[in-house]
Amino acid sequence: MKKEMRILSPTAILGYGFPPASFERGMARRPDAIGLDGGSSDPGPYYLGAGKPFVDREAVKRDLAIAIPAAKRAGIPVVIGTAGGSGARVHVDWCLRIIREIAREKRLKLRAAVIYADVPRPLVARALAAGKVKPLSFVPELTPETLRRTGRIVAQIGMEPLMAALRKGVDLVVAGRCYDPAVFAAPAVLAGFDPGLAVHLGKIVECAAIAATPGSGRDCVLGTLRKDCFTLETLSDARRFTTASVAAHTMYEKSHPFLLPGPGGVLDLSKVGFRQAGANSVEVRGSRFVPGPATVKLEGAVLTGYRTFSICGIRDRVMLGQLDPIFAAVRAAVEENFGRGDYRLAFRVYGRDAVMGALEPERDRVGHEVGVVIDAVAPTQAQAGTICGFARSTLLHYGYPGRVATAGNLAFPFSPSDFAAGAVYEFGIYHVMEVDDPAELFPAKHLTIGGGR
Amino acid sequence: MSGSGAGRRVRLSELAGVIRSKNSGPFELTLDVFFRTPEIFRRARALGLVDRELIRRLYRVRDDQVLEIIWFEPAAAVKATIAREVSSGSAGDTDVYGAQQHMPLVDAEVQWDGPAPGGG
Repeated sequence: MKKEMRILSPTAILGYGFPPASFERGMARRPDAIGLDGGSSDPGPYYLGAGKPFVDREAVKRDLAIAIPAAKRAGIPVVIGTAGGSGARVHVDWCLRIIREIAREKRLKLRAAVIYADVPRPLVARALAAGKVKPLSFVPELTPETLRRTGRIVAQIGMEPLMAALRKGVDLVVAGRCYDPAVFAAPAVLAGFDPGLAVHLGKIVECAAIAATPGSGRDCVLGTLRKDCFTLETLSDARRFTTASVAAHTMYEKSHPFLLPGPGGVLDLSKVGFRQAGANSVEVRGSRFVPGPATVKLEGAVLTGYRTFSICGIRDRVMLGQLDPIFAAVRAAVEENFGRGDYRLAFRVYGRDAVMGALEPERDRVGHEVGVVIDAVAPTQAQAGTICGFARSTLLHYGYPGRVATAGNLAFPFSPSDFAAGAVYEFGIYHVMEVDDPAELFPAKHLTIGGGR
Repeated sequence: MSGSGAGRRVRLSELAGVIRSKNSGPFELTLDVFFRTPEIFRRARALGLVDRELIRRLYRVRDDQVLEIIWFEPAAAVKATIAREVSSGSAGDTDVYGAQQHMPLVDAEVQWDGPAPGGG
């Protein structure tokens, strides 16, 4: 077994970019693998539901066109997880087309493994009937009806399918939806390193320099794994890892600070210790992986309607003092013309409570001007346009008590004023499913990309 | 009101240098408070300075919408996780990443008798 293993994480999300100097400094450390987290569920359900990427194609191509040739020259694998942003087949294939283009342009020949993370609906239906699908906290129970309405379903795959692919000796793994740490942990666990340390390392470096200080989503970091500890270091003098930044990132966007459930077990960090190892590096010890039943987290989006919105501003003090009754009157006018229907009309008031909604404690404090988003969601795009447009024109000319400015109530920054924003989704599936053999369920397809050297 | 005993009322931001909110998955909002020193952290934990009652009051949620309050010594931090009003990115959501829901905690006033705070 190797004495240490170095994993390079160039960027927080594939396409967020990285300074070339940091990347070269990372490659000079002779890493054993490059991991690239290609996505997240953070930008919301739209991208999974609509099958669209949330990072620009040219930005993704730029990052890959640097990382893939460098890794090929160094003879190390690139492991991409959650390809295309949401990691469904359509996203993976989008990412593969970019890689093919790079291979052609750079005359590269790449041995690649492709792992789709899509889960067929009948398989979920069977697991649901067998009581093997459980909701996470605050998630409604999955019903056959919701399952029927859900589009593509993906599973957050763990290390096993990635390790099975890497075992064959490949230049590149392109995987669908992945547990974020898995792309960084899989090469290390395959090489015999402790899964607790490897997954914890992966949990930190999957966000690259976001876990450093000052944080950045577009800078490289290096994780070095040893038998009983791992070290994190930044690759730019502009930032460093500190015990505080690493400890803070350990509990980032997780429900529990030191028990982190993932596919196949729980990362137990109750005994973890952080030590400042150098000016820009932190050593971590005591991370433990406690194996549990083989499970995967499922994600699926349900189409709930279509949105048209309008953006406008209000500066008039008299009007700002009576926003709620004015909105109520506009809503009543919309209902008079179009009925109550199954549309949803909201007036989002920036400068009052648009950010926190019902959680806002200072709703009574309204700024000297506010921004209003008139937000209509309806069963069709045309209906959403009707509701939004009618609410906008009614609000523009509504004669409220005490009005001094009779020419119009709203300042529109744009013409046209209304924007068709397309489909609106919600996460209908965010559940854990028991599986028998994750590597078998998500097999790798091996192929050669490009015809160069 | 959280905490007890003598001392004075301070803003949580005087005791904690980083206070943040973020989604933990699309259905949860997780709130992290990082205290300025290990000493402040330990006294805050002993006082139960951040508890279910404080979170319920600040965020106007029911007790069954608060998942857990957990203190984590290695980060000198406490974490509270609550149910999101609606899931991330669905029609009625106001903050898809959940990253701007921290100000009620920043402004929260608590009773403090521990080591001298700073900043704020």
